[in-house]
Amino acid sequence: MSELRENPVNEYLRLDRLPSIWCPGCGIGTTVNCFTRALTESKLDLDKVAIVSGIGCTGRVAGYMNLDSFHTTHGRAIPFATGLKLANPDLKVVVYSGDGDLSAIGGNHLVHAARRNADLLVVCVNNFTYGMTGGQVTPTTPISAVASTTPYGAYEETFNLPNLMDACGAVYVARWTAFHVRQIAKSMGEGLKKKGFRFIEIIAPCPTLYLRRNKLGDGLDEMKYYKEKSVVKNGADTREVGLDYHDKIVVGKFVDRERPTLEEAMDKRFTDVLGAKYVPYTSPGKQPLA
Amino acid sequence: MNADPIGVLTGSHYLDGDHSCSEGAIAAGCRFSAGYPITPSTEVVERLASRFPRVGGRFQQFEDELAASIAVLGAVWGGAKAVTVTSGPGFSLMMEHIGLAAITECPVVYINVQRGGPSTGLPTQPAQGDMMQARFGSHGDYRLIALCPNSPQECFDLTLRAFNLAEEYRVPVVVMLDEVVGHMTEKVVIPPADQIEVTPRRYTSKKPGDFKLFEAAEGSLVPEMVKAGDGYRVHVTGLTHDERGYPAMNVVAQDKMVKRQFAKIVENADKIITFEEKNLLGAEAVVVSFGITSRIAEKGMQLAREKGAKVGSFRLITAWPFPEKQIIELSKKVKAFVVPELNMGQMSLEVERLAAGRCRTIPVLHAGGTVHNPEVIAEAILEAVR
Amino acid sequence: MTTGTATKKEKKFRGIVVINHASCKGCAFCVEFCPTKALALEKGFNAKGYHPPYLATPELCNGCDMCGLFCPDFAIFGYREKLEQAA
Repeated sequence: MSELRENPVNEYLRLDRLPSIWCPGCGIGTTVNCFTRALTESKLDLDKVAIVSGIGCTGRVAGYMNLDSFHTTHGRAIPFATGLKLANPDLKVVVYSGDGDLSAIGGNHLVHAARRNADLLVVCVNNFTYGMTGGQVTPTTPISAVASTTPYGAYEETFNLPNLMDACGAVYVARWTAFHVRQIAKSMGEGLKKKGFRFIEIIAPCPTLYLRRNKLGDGLDEMKYYKEKSVVKNGADTREVGLDYHDKIVVGKFVDRERPTLEEAMDKRFTDVLGAKYVPYTSPGKQPLA
Repeated sequence: MNADPIGVLTGSHYLDGDHSCSEGAIAAGCRFSAGYPITPSTEVVERLASRFPRVGGRFQQFEDELAASIAVLGAVWGGAKAVTVTSGPGFSLMMEHIGLAAITECPVVYINVQRGGPSTGLPTQPAQGDMMQARFGSHGDYRLIALCPNSPQECFDLTLRAFNLAEEYRVPVVVMLDEVVGHMTEKVVIPPADQIEVTPRRYTSKKPGDFKLFEAAEGSLVPEMVKAGDGYRVHVTGLTHDERGYPAMNVVAQDKMVKRQFAKIVENADKIITFEEKNLLGAEAVVVSFGITSRIAEKGMQLAREKGAKVGSFRLITAWPFPEKQIIELSKKVKAFVVPELNMGQMSLEVERLAAGRCRTIPVLHAGGTVHNPEVIAEAILEAVR
Repeated sequence: MTTGTATKKEKKFRGIVVINHASCKGCAFCVEFCPTKALALEKGFNAKGYHPPYLATPELCNGCDMCGLFCPDFAIFGYREKLEQAA
């Protein structure tokens, strides 16, 4: 008989906060599994990994992770994380939030953090809707999809998030669906290793609001659809990866390049201009335990 | 502990209020600032942007005030002392994160250089119309500390004190300048670093596992702090939370959290509140004023005294918490309070509430754009003592 | 805990699946995406009214932990246990 083992995700979770608030068939938890596998692979000191979320269903990820975790305000995870990282450069800072939080209310921060190459890994779980508030239209809701605030179907052009992030200068851009668990874990691992603004979009099912309202079945049906309709195109031109309603989904790693991070650019500029007068920022030391 | 000498510009300077705030922040040990340009406050962050790379600090201009006002909170949890600075519409945009700072008990400083409003209002001209917003501007119930300098020297002194109070009580502190104080240039004396008292962050000595981020020790109302990266694996949320910081959305947790957060300000009010009294002995009227208006009121009082009025002065240095006891005591001794302010009646409401009919309260209101004519204040004083 | 024993002679390990019935929300991701189709949903309910999975065909389980990667509720995981050499 074998010895009893622990679920390998357990050490990464606040078990006393489970079960999660997520609905049956929601894909967010699946992405969390992948994140924990990536953390294991990365061999990072978990005490030095901080996770920052905004508001919404995916915004709850921070609260379930047994890391220094920050559940901030709606849309503002990225500037919080930028301040955290600038003030404590020893940290590996991960932003984990949803499509509405990051690309609608937080859209301004998203594009500017990518532009300035803030040293953040941003995981965007895109379920095409605001789940927490009852299924309203987001900047990623495909045209014709029904949401509670587009009862006759959405009619606005959507954000192609990988293309947006590519255009803004993100150094790493990938998209997967919640079906691509191994690829997500690998991408997150690459993202954890890399410096600069890294963006991973994960298409995930929202069975209760997006799927039900659009008569697309349950979470499992959506996962099967991802399996059937996803096309892996690593290195694809991000202009070509826009999403249409219930159509094919181009997934893969689209961008992987190097660019000085915000901190590096800052340091270089001040060193060049101020020379010996430049006093670089030092990370606040670990407090002594009494 | 004493200030870090690297940052302290010891000596006599000719500085405006905005720049003096920057020096106060640096002396206090602030090494992170986030900002977004807005008149008439921009000079504070401009000076920090110039000074920080020479003293080991980091300034980041963000895309808007929403970002700046939460980046400073991230920086605090990263272990830095942090400040952001704004004015007018920017202060409105920052309200959500003043609320987040309050509920997460984040020691941080916001500086607001008040200009005429509402909305874009008078970007280059003074007002004192944000006093109630400083107290109540974010939704929900919370208490914070607000300080009102009336000179460039006090901009230095009170910005320094704002940082110290923020650490002492784990609370956001707002420094409420007005455009005139922000832009007036006067002598500012910065003491040697070893004569500047700086309150360090109250980091816990407990080990991870024994520590709760929102549990105050026996006999204290203020929990100890940690920073990210030290192994405490804290959870910080804007949701109502329990002592561990876990979301706890129920009546009991809400009651406990809100009441302790109130109590740490209310029960320590005597230690927080500062004010300046002058000529109160035998006064029949007392002018209650703050910021630039207190300096105009000096002239008004002088004019009134020349006409025989017995008038004293009570200057608010701490606007919030409000010096309730002192106003109540004075209200038993005088005929009237005269309250000049560059708004349509904010602090005068507080004075009137506390006077509770024991004496009259005569607001001297001005919609802003400039300062009062001292003669108007003098007339109000003369009416008060009649 | 349910264990599966790989039957093929060349196998040097057996796959084991651990299921926390109480945490399961019955999404069936694990069942659908099990590469060897070793899992099925129970007919019965857990305390929350969902049908949790069980290892229906233990000999098929190779302990790959795909179920663990897919499970959004951290309710299942798999691993491999080395088999003793036949005596």
